[in-house]
Amino acid sequence: MAPPSDTRRQYHPHASFYPIAANTRVMGMTIAEKILAAHAGKDSVSPKEIVDARIDYVMVNDVTGLPAFEVFEEFDATPILEKTVLIQDHYVPNKDVASAEQAKSMREFARRYGIKNHFDVGRGGVCHQIMIEEGFSAPGRLIVGADSHTCSYGALGALSTGIGSSEAASAMATGELWFKVPETQKFVVDGEPGKYVMGKDIILHIIGDIGVSGSLYKSMEFYGSAIESLHLSDRITISNMAIEAGAKCGIIPPDEAVFDYLKNRVIGEYSPVYADEDAEYEDIFEYDASEIAVLVATPHLPENVTPASEIDVQIDQAYLGSCTNGRIEDLRAAAAVLKGKSVHTDVRMIVVPASKSIFEQAMREGLLKVFMDADAYVAGPTCGACLGGYMGVLAEGERCISSTNRNFIGRMGHPNSEVYLANPAVVAASAVTGRITDPEDLLER
Amino acid sequence: MEKYIKGRVWRFSENVDTDQIIPAIYLVTGDKQELAKHAFENVRPDFAKDVSDGDIIVAGPNFGSGSSREHAPRALLGAGIRCVIAPSFARIFYRNSINIGLPLVECDVDAADGDVLAIDFEDGKIVNTNTSAGYTFPSLPEFLVDLLDAGLIENTKRKLTRTG
Ligand code: SF4
Repeated sequence: MAPPSDTRRQYHPHASFYPIAANTRVMGMTIAEKILAAHAGKDSVSPKEIVDARIDYVMVNDVTGLPAFEVFEEFDATPILEKTVLIQDHYVPNKDVASAEQAKSMREFARRYGIKNHFDVGRGGVCHQIMIEEGFSAPGRLIVGADSHTCSYGALGALSTGIGSSEAASAMATGELWFKVPETQKFVVDGEPGKYVMGKDIILHIIGDIGVSGSLYKSMEFYGSAIESLHLSDRITISNMAIEAGAKCGIIPPDEAVFDYLKNRVIGEYSPVYADEDAEYEDIFEYDASEIAVLVATPHLPENVTPASEIDVQIDQAYLGSCTNGRIEDLRAAAAVLKGKSVHTDVRMIVVPASKSIFEQAMREGLLKVFMDADAYVAGPTCGACLGGYMGVLAEGERCISSTNRNFIGRMGHPNSEVYLANPAVVAASAVTGRITDPEDLLER
Repeated sequence: MEKYIKGRVWRFSENVDTDQIIPAIYLVTGDKQELAKHAFENVRPDFAKDVSDGDIIVAGPNFGSGSSREHAPRALLGAGIRCVIAPSFARIFYRNSINIGLPLVECDVDAADGDVLAIDFEDGKIVNTNTSAGYTFPSLPEFLVDLLDAGLIENTKRKLTRTG
């Protein structure tokens, strides 16, 4: 569905002939500007303006929760129950006593205030997947979370962004937060992506082009036929990694794929927001999807991208999971490569579906059996090794091909270990050969 | 916010991420002093040992990228860092720092480890006392100065009493 153009313009084609009220901005607005204006109770906002805006949801996880709860106690307030979401995912099931105490503080906070939206072990999964699956995320909403990948929900047309723990506490108490209106960069990706090119490759390609601070403080907004043709899961990967370019948010105009997904799922009403035709973009970047290769980001920055087919690196671990690529579509892509094959004897492959419902679906579809038959280790949902927490931490000198989003120094373990980021099909193909491998090269052998 | 500070420089390069500032394995406490013990542990093991109250960090662009962990500026505050200067900051780190009272200055400053900088926040001036080089930076919007002064907690309390 093509985004409807701004109705004001349709009904008043000669708008400039009408008297313009003071303070009315003549320029159109981008999606981020419109969502911020609506939540700040203003007709319009401009980049760099600081506004106090009403938020729709605020989320904390088990790592960022504890400091937020400590701060919250200073307010002498009760959290706004329907806006507060607590998700245990980073170090649960509790990995040690310290993480157990942390998780316990969330359980107690939820109990003390009667917070219903608390997703503990066995009921949830990785926070961003839960924020989407459970219907908190929807077009036009303003959502904050004490986790940098909160930007993921931009794939559904929301303005969602990461914040710190103290401000999460403040948002739970007041239902508001200050925002600086970002400048917007428009990314247009047209053309047909290659067979093994996924959302991951598109966003890695963009980050490779603009760099890890290429969108610092900005709103990335994604357009074009290649984006429209992507499954929602791949779009979430793209919005998820907007923060890897430094962006505040990564928004994709919502279409039928989003509306269908939200049927019988979304909590409450929502109204889609689209940019005005004359919205002002700081920059416009154009890409041809047919020229985007299957990519790998080499250590230690997501901007270090190289085609998978041009890298020859031996690996010790292959990790499939996370909020970036732990959805059912990702598991399917990896299983399609792995089916009937075995993980290389020098490699351990770890598969972590991002949520309970994805785990169940993968079980029903027989995907878990494909992984286990190939000698991969399959675990219940958790952030686990993605942040070097547990369940797959790397030793000194080890290398991991990973479907996650960050390959910083020490991200998955020892400071002298290395993380290579890639799409799920590359992770699977590399697990089989023991070296970083483009799936096309494996399947043609 | 103090109007004028003088401090010794710790120099870092560009894209210093929050995993470097405070590794994820220590994210099991929110305590500033505890976190400070592990600040930059993987990339600069001498930091936690030798840092002293009133020191300043000077870094390249995109300081504080990566995770939203407020533990990062908390660890720096706990270590006694009084100000971080870089040409640009990752936005969540920026918010977190302002909210908890760690001043950040957006400025491209040439300074080496151990140089002493004098910063005048009111006039937006920095002088490297070792090289005598001077720099200027735009002052923060009033809203942020208030936030930095009162702190987010106080600011929120005021808001809560206003709205009753
Ligand atoms: S899966 Fe990784 S990136 Fe996603 S929320 Fe968990 S730790 Fe963060």
